[in-house]
Amino acid sequence: MNSAPAKPKLPFSWQGMLTALMYAFMYVPILVLGFYSFNDSRFSSTWGGFSLRWYDSLFNDGRILSALGDSLKVALIAVGLSAILGTMMAVGLAKYSFPGKGLYLGISYLPLIVPDIAVAVATLVFLASVSVPLSLWTIIAAHIVFCLAYIAVVVSTRLAGLNPSLEEAALDLGANPFQAFMKVLLPELTPAILSGCLLAFVLSMDDLLISSFTAGGGANTLPMEIFSRVRTGVKPDINALSVLLILFSGALAFLSEYIRFKSAQRQLGQ
Amino acid sequence: MTLTSPNPNLAEPAIPGWQRTLRKLLQPVILLGPSGLWLLLLLVFPTLLILELSLIPGARLGNPPGPYGIGNYIEIFKPVYLQVIWRSLYFALGTTLFCLLLGFPVAYWIALKAPSRWRNLLLVGFILPLWTSSLLRAYAWITILRPSGLLNSLLGFFGLPGQEWLNRTPAVFIGMTYSYLPYMVLILYASLEKLDRRLLEAASDLGATQQQSFWRVTVPQTMPGIAAGGLLVLIATLGDFAVPELLGGASSMTVSRLIYNQFLGATRNWGLGSSISMILILGVSISIALLLKYGDRDAI
Repeated sequence: MNSAPAKPKLPFSWQGMLTALMYAFMYVPILVLGFYSFNDSRFSSTWGGFSLRWYDSLFNDGRILSALGDSLKVALIAVGLSAILGTMMAVGLAKYSFPGKGLYLGISYLPLIVPDIAVAVATLVFLASVSVPLSLWTIIAAHIVFCLAYIAVVVSTRLAGLNPSLEEAALDLGANPFQAFMKVLLPELTPAILSGCLLAFVLSMDDLLISSFTAGGGANTLPMEIFSRVRTGVKPDINALSVLLILFSGALAFLSEYIRFKSAQRQLGQ
Repeated sequence: MTLTSPNPNLAEPAIPGWQRTLRKLLQPVILLGPSGLWLLLLLVFPTLLILELSLIPGARLGNPPGPYGIGNYIEIFKPVYLQVIWRSLYFALGTTLFCLLLGFPVAYWIALKAPSRWRNLLLVGFILPLWTSSLLRAYAWITILRPSGLLNSLLGFFGLPGQEWLNRTPAVFIGMTYSYLPYMVLILYASLEKLDRRLLEAASDLGATQQQSFWRVTVPQTMPGIAAGGLLVLIATLGDFAVPELLGGASSMTVSRLIYNQFLGATRNWGLGSSISMILILGVSISIALLLKYGDRDAI
């Protein structure tokens, strides 16, 4: 693929140039949103002077704030419960073998694979068939499905790299299985559980389809609100919202990398 | 099971044998039961319901269940619906190709050309946008591609003719490639990083040009990674909803939107929606089977 085989090494190869271009491709849209969010002018792409008016209107926008509240409730409750369920599942799958384990494992991967729309319509039909009224709680129930699957996958990866003799030692030294789990295994798994939770949180906050199908009339999550607004065109206050959400997710990404870094250090230290 | 059989004399002197057996049986049930039940109740059972609905022609909300039949699957072959399916495939395959063409050089450069202590940071930097809302990333492209947007301002500045890409196919490809490129780079990187560099050295010692060693060593060695990245992007794009919906306009209806309409839209034909949903699941399953057969499992 390299068309200049015999030349001495240049400081910039064409791959390097293309890579730089692709980094620009990834970041320009985000920077553009940030730029326009401070633009005083409403319609045109020309610069109308620096202004914080879109941030101001955002913070006075009751619908956005209540949608943000709904999204946070869904994500926090779903992720909290999934952290427990997903960790238990990962530990159970690592420890025991039983008939049908392959099937169980296969089912646990389904939420990662099946398209959102298929999960969404199936959940809607199921909830309708058992006559459960749609509410914030049905969204939470549906989000737990994919949250627990993602957390279980992340925790399983960590469990696979773990030394099983530590827990055995605890048991040999007189700890009961619960103590051995809480005092030996859990601290080892905490970084993985936290990264899994962050991933699940981001996915839950980002979900549009499953929430739309399980929300009913009462609940309205942030992606649902954003979707209904931006499909009718450019909205400057959504630019401001984007900037705030991007800063927030940037902080989450940093936290996640930090946890990974720390846990890698721990592993090296052992 | 090794972890649950401690030395009985030391660990649990007071517990009689039958209790220990009971505990051994109960532990997996306690650990695996709740999640398994949840997945069965809210994922497996609902999917089976969809399968059943897809076999009831013309099933609608509130309708009494009719006799079974394959009418819903036959209805998919109507040109209106086939066109939507072909369009989805076209978007998915095209996006996969773009992601491969653009993602490979990036992953290659980060894995083999960049200074090694910068590699992790460079990779994290590339996938960082994934942490932001996918809707807002699609929305960002609306602000760029709309008729009075940044792209046309720039083109106008250089005296070039403006482009009407928004609500057309090019916008869908740009938006979808933008959304899935980081996944592709991540998977290709994992594969390229494992590349045995001694093979490349050997190839160059034996007189191969860079081009030859790339096509004869690097590409064959990373083929499982290419397959994994391609199939994963294909699976994700087949079911994508937001990007075609926001950037593609009315002429870009995809399978996801078609299913959506049968349940929440004006049409409300649950039977037809279910059959299309089953076809989508089938398409994804085929991709998964190919992925497990040809893909680099470590890279996923």
